[in-house]
Amino acid sequence: MAGRLSCLIAGALVTALAGCGGSGSSDSAGPVEITYGIWDVDQQPALEQVAAAFTKANPGIKIKIQTTGWDDYWAKLKAAATGGVAPDVFWMNGSNIKLYASNGMLLPLTDKRDLSVYPKALVDLYTYEGTTYGLPKDFDTIGLWYNKKLFDAAGVKYPDASWTWADVQSAAKKLTKADGSVYGIAAALNNQAGFYNTIAQAGGYVLSPDGTKSGYDQPATIEGIRFWTDLVKNGVSPTQQQMTDTEPTVMFESGKVAMYYGGSWYAGRFNKNPSTKDTVDVAPLPAGKTKAVVTHGVANVVSAKSAHQEAATKFVDFLGGKEAADIVGKAGSVIPAYSGTQQAWIDAAPQFKLKIFIDQLDVSFPWPGSKNTPAWMDEEMPVLAKAWTGEVTPEQAAATLAATMNSALGAER
Amino acid sequence: MTTTAQPLTRPRGESAPPGGRRSLRRTTEARWGLLMIAPLGLGLAVFYLWPMLQTFYFGFTAWGPFGDSTWTGLDNYLRLLADEKVWAALRNSLAYTGLVLLGVPLALVFAVLLDQRKLRGRGLFRTLYFLPVVTMPSAVALLWQYLYNGDFGLVNQALATVGVAGPSWASDPGTAMFALAAVGVWMGFGYNLVILMAGLQTVPRQLYEAAAIDGAGTVRQFVSVTVPMISPTVFFVSVITIINGLQMFDLVYLMMPPGSPALPATQTVVHLFYQKSFVQNDPGYGAAIAVLLFAVIGLLTVLQFRLQRRWVHRG
Repeated sequence: MAGRLSCLIAGALVTALAGCGGSGSSDSAGPVEITYGIWDVDQQPALEQVAAAFTKANPGIKIKIQTTGWDDYWAKLKAAATGGVAPDVFWMNGSNIKLYASNGMLLPLTDKRDLSVYPKALVDLYTYEGTTYGLPKDFDTIGLWYNKKLFDAAGVKYPDASWTWADVQSAAKKLTKADGSVYGIAAALNNQAGFYNTIAQAGGYVLSPDGTKSGYDQPATIEGIRFWTDLVKNGVSPTQQQMTDTEPTVMFESGKVAMYYGGSWYAGRFNKNPSTKDTVDVAPLPAGKTKAVVTHGVANVVSAKSAHQEAATKFVDFLGGKEAADIVGKAGSVIPAYSGTQQAWIDAAPQFKLKIFIDQLDVSFPWPGSKNTPAWMDEEMPVLAKAWTGEVTPEQAAATLAATMNSALGAER
Repeated sequence: MTTTAQPLTRPRGESAPPGGRRSLRRTTEARWGLLMIAPLGLGLAVFYLWPMLQTFYFGFTAWGPFGDSTWTGLDNYLRLLADEKVWAALRNSLAYTGLVLLGVPLALVFAVLLDQRKLRGRGLFRTLYFLPVVTMPSAVALLWQYLYNGDFGLVNQALATVGVAGPSWASDPGTAMFALAAVGVWMGFGYNLVILMAGLQTVPRQLYEAAAIDGAGTVRQFVSVTVPMISPTVFFVSVITIINGLQMFDLVYLMMPPGSPALPATQTVVHLFYQKSFVQNDPGYGAAIAVLLFAVIGLLTVLQFRLQRRWVHRG
């Protein structure tokens, strides 16, 4: 029965070893091959196009894309980076940037570049101690998805930019049916699409701005958590057990919940699903004390151990340019980060008000991350689940989390 | 930590090698023997023994994110002693093991039933019972998650027909461990059944005939003949079940998502080990947890071999 785990580990090792053959000879005269590590096979075709366009402009440099599934990506990358054989260029995310940057695994991108073409929150996300390490590739924000049919049936006005927390609460109450067949909202226990946003909207924070302390002991942070636990407590959301048994997204798609805080990445899925294609739409996140939405996105980085740093940097700049963003945007699976290239993504599902995801960048803040983000982020769900079920109060859960997180942050130094 | 146990019957009458020419032949034979087992032996050494030794060593270190480890002495073990989560996980693992152990007597009863020559379609039944063993755990977990679903699950739909409103079996902290163990029993049932049936076939028929002449009924025959005669097999099955039970990982990993209210009530030692080592980037501490589990399994196995003298019948 432990077989799966050992397979997992063996698999990671084998792929890591297999990856060793990748980047080798440093021959500057002949054609250079740059390896590019990514985790999303859906995006590979668009990136092959980008690579072809790059090679056309730089005939001496060939690009080889190495795709590793998300489940193995970080284990394999860490093993490869440890052995000095990471791909020359690879995808980075907000949870890992500080880990790699602080350990000297990434090449600082010190040349002068126009970073104003990217969302500021993303540039900040990939800046460590004043140095830029990655150029943003794409981004996502969160919106309030709602089911128009259920709103019409209950005679409730659709959500719009003027909505606040109070509007969510009162609408959820009106939309909930007494027989349990429809809930007003799914108060999903989710950091990126849920409580990170409301914590910031209440004026709180998860990680102190200097990255050294937990914000979970701040009263405002606790208010951002209570927003969700109250929705469950008042019976306008399914219980945490129901949402464990059936994914909240599925409940929303099947018309069992009327409102759902979900990412821009659901646009494609809801557009494909016949039961949501014409019945749902999206609005900006309702405001608490302020408006706020978390943004996250992937960046392209250069390995510090790359044998072809110059060529690799050239490729990262190309990936971060308008031509590449246009190709990625047309493919439609992610929102390109380069400003002014997002229209193609919006046009892919014109019946949804997708522009709100891009407009919300004005009130966005970056995904929180420290040197070893998973050490404390992994503790959030099990601890907060107890507040969602009502076993403990939001204050108690937050206090537990603050203590765990502070000791994890202490161990980073 | 593989699932190997000592052979239950040792070839007897193997005497010390006598001297002279025969001993020379024996040495050559021994050399060939060593050569033959070398591939397996090397595999064991490289993939089991060496990692085991390393795990012991890494238990005394703290790991940097990119492979550099520093000696920290007993730090990990002191932290482990004070870590409430570790002890909760150990309690969960023991509870799970205790529950799946209940599947052994159940498998024994079914083995006896399936061993009846009068039973039609024995082969079909055996295949059916063995199917879960060869099914992918991820498929099994997914299937049972649907069955256990509080709102739409088949279990609760069946209960509803008799007017009972069932809970969310897999995500309610009060029922989740039982739900998990039921899947564990179901998955291991076929394996135990096959081993026990093999054991049953070694029981001499004359014993039953003699018992019948003495006036013993079916139940009495089961208690007085079958049970003592296959107690060595039952012992083997129990040892393996306990070791497998303590190594439980996949069902928890697959059936208990991080936000499940039931996770604290079902998180096993190996799941915690995985979380610390591979999710939270703390392999040194993970190694210490693995060593603790090794010690517990070792202790329980030794204890069983001691206790078996009291109940295992040796013909």
